[in-house]
Amino acid sequence: MDSIYQSLAAIVDAEHVSDRPEELYIYSFDLGTAEPHRPDYVVSPETTVQVQEIVRLANRENIPVVPLGGGMSLAGLAVPLRGGILLDLKRMDRIIEVNEKARYAVLECGVSQGQLTSYLERHHPHLTHSEPGAPPAATIVGNVVIHGQGDLAHPYGFNSDMVNGLEVVLPTGEVCSFGSCAVGASWFTNHPMPDVGLFLGWCGTTGIITKLSIRLLPAKRIRGIGRFVVDDEGLVPEIFYKLTHTQMAEDIIAFSSAIPPFASKLQHFTVNIAADSEKELELKQEIIWDDTLGEYIKRGDGAYLGFTRSLERPQISKTSDYKKGGGFEYVGSIMPIEKYPECYRRGREISERHDIPYTVTGRCIGAAHSMMFAWTYAFNRADPKTIEGARNALHETDRLVLELGGVIWKPGTFGQKLVLERLDPNTRDLMKKIKGLLDPKGIMNPGNWEIP
Amino acid sequence: MYELKFDPELCLHCTTQACLTRCQYMEIDGETAQKEILKIARGEDSFVLHECATCYACEEYCTFGNHPYYLIAEKQELLGLSPVPRPLIQRAVNLGIPFRGQPEIKEINGPVLNIAAFSELTYLIQGKLFDGVTPISTDERKMFHYFCQLMYLHYGRDSVIKERLPRIIETIAKHKPTEVVCFHDECYGAYTSYCKAHGIDVPFRPVHFYEYLYNRLVELKEMIRPVNLKVAYQRPCSSRLSPDKHLFVGRIFDLIGAESVKREFVDENALCCAGAIEGQKREGSRKGAAMQQQKNVEDMKRAGAEVCVFNCPACFQTLGGTVARNGIKPVHMSDLCRLAIGEIPAGWR
Repeated sequence: MDSIYQSLAAIVDAEHVSDRPEELYIYSFDLGTAEPHRPDYVVSPETTVQVQEIVRLANRENIPVVPLGGGMSLAGLAVPLRGGILLDLKRMDRIIEVNEKARYAVLECGVSQGQLTSYLERHHPHLTHSEPGAPPAATIVGNVVIHGQGDLAHPYGFNSDMVNGLEVVLPTGEVCSFGSCAVGASWFTNHPMPDVGLFLGWCGTTGIITKLSIRLLPAKRIRGIGRFVVDDEGLVPEIFYKLTHTQMAEDIIAFSSAIPPFASKLQHFTVNIAADSEKELELKQEIIWDDTLGEYIKRGDGAYLGFTRSLERPQISKTSDYKKGGGFEYVGSIMPIEKYPECYRRGREISERHDIPYTVTGRCIGAAHSMMFAWTYAFNRADPKTIEGARNALHETDRLVLELGGVIWKPGTFGQKLVLERLDPNTRDLMKKIKGLLDPKGIMNPGNWEIP
Repeated sequence: MYELKFDPELCLHCTTQACLTRCQYMEIDGETAQKEILKIARGEDSFVLHECATCYACEEYCTFGNHPYYLIAEKQELLGLSPVPRPLIQRAVNLGIPFRGQPEIKEINGPVLNIAAFSELTYLIQGKLFDGVTPISTDERKMFHYFCQLMYLHYGRDSVIKERLPRIIETIAKHKPTEVVCFHDECYGAYTSYCKAHGIDVPFRPVHFYEYLYNRLVELKEMIRPVNLKVAYQRPCSSRLSPDKHLFVGRIFDLIGAESVKREFVDENALCCAGAIEGQKREGSRKGAAMQQQKNVEDMKRAGAEVCVFNCPACFQTLGGTVARNGIKPVHMSDLCRLAIGEIPAGWR
């Protein structure tokens, strides 16, 4: 038994560390198309102190550390590209505090989306959080780290905009806190402290977030989904604009997909509406469907498809069931909403070239300040040829994002390289300096955001 | 191409013009009704083509069996006057396209139950009532091979039915059924009414779901314990295509001890669920549909209904929630029958 293994076992106990090939295999890949890479060790800490000790050990031994939340990013962001220690953070799953009046929750880094949703439904029914389209096992911190968005992105923005504070273990083992908690106050705000901003969007290359305070949002008694459809993709940006102007919706998504056939070549909108009373619900429905979208209905250009009470969460990941083999990966982007028609058309072309049924989705962020537009490519996990086809389509789409004037969201290593090639040289230098300062030995999630 | 057998002479000699004068969505006197239906028959524009709620009721009201609703739907398409927006038509037409391979044909040589495009509802065809009948179309991936297509009448797309229905019939016939119990009465209406009106051959014997349920209940009479529930029945638009089978609703209720409450909107005066109305192009369709649903449910409440009984899954989906929020339990007819023979349907509380 090697000394690193023994040291890890001494930190977390032997039950929570492994170098057995079958377990290393499980941690060698994610659910997307990224090539697998095995870690040398998998360790599952329970406390911030244990995380610190592991990071210090890794520093001493000059061995990579790759933090892992729910493992749902699909982009290979937590695949240990250079081996080392895979830090599975799921055991750090305590919901430490929910402040009902100030509407925030303090969580450990392993708390999952589903866990927080069910906890709030049970104990704080007037509060909710912006739940992404990922499966419930995805973690809150994992989503924040990649600048994720959820089903309240339209009124409240990115989930990373809702951070009130962080506790971070730096690559050298120190623990830092950010936000109001850093001055001994409660975890109620991230402002007005000096902007440090070193940990979100960095894919775990600058430190390990161990605690997070996230804003919670009002949960109305009635929540449901209304649906609308148009056959002209050119109408989508103006409909996004008009819907967001009403300020009556929670989530606004447009999508189109070749499968199932009903969605093919049409643009469907799902509009989440919430209300505390029937009166409020009807008012919102009237403003949205009759006053705002009524003109499209009367002209015959758009159709109302009904309103269903209760939210079905999540939905986007259902794409994996549309084709034999259960695999899918997508390129996400942050785009201006006016690019929707071109994103749709060019996405279909890429899909058709690679013989993959197309699936595209655009979710409004803020008051249509931007959208998260995603191109999804299904593949058969048992068929390497289809995996290769999907990978090629993903790479082509990464290029398309930049060509259309968007930014790749949670890029894998291929996309990161494209972004870095275009990045302002001064910004790239600054990022390199920051990385060097925080992680002098380059042990944190190496292979990601590497600036030569 | 299949052609509708519609005889304008019958309208000329009709004294009631009930097809339009009894319409619950348009106020039309007898003289106007005759004028408009004949205009439609000649292929001319009529306000009826624009304002039709597509509730199918005129098929029942016409005492000559002259198929005024099939005529309306056919002419709506011919004149480009679909009652719903263009994307909704495309969506609906796409919906019925099978996309996951060919159906798996097994020769049954006995009675079959066709659950059509409702494979996710197979829990509604379980238990003793369905012993001895073989379900087909239980695979969600293949269910559109068994979909009767009649819903395109709501969209003014009669041509889709004419194009696809013969293939559906062919698929069902390949199972070599001795008779086909139709889970949804729209399918039954397709095979017994629409096909007859258009000269489409149906090489099997369709059986209405309620007739089947009634006969099974009679066979299982010893097991029946009265449900002692006050029930309202939500009659679907598709049952207007087989009004001769509507009497089985009352017969079943009598047999299982369900008290049918006295309502205004019942039998021939039934209000449709409004699912087809809310998506129409006409101004105020969404709100009008919601108001009609509330009117319908208020009628059930006033009559003292404890349970609202559905046949059509689309009606259940459209109206079930509103019914439940008004304190009336929504239930499918087959589940009500299962209760009567001591079985507990899925989710029953």
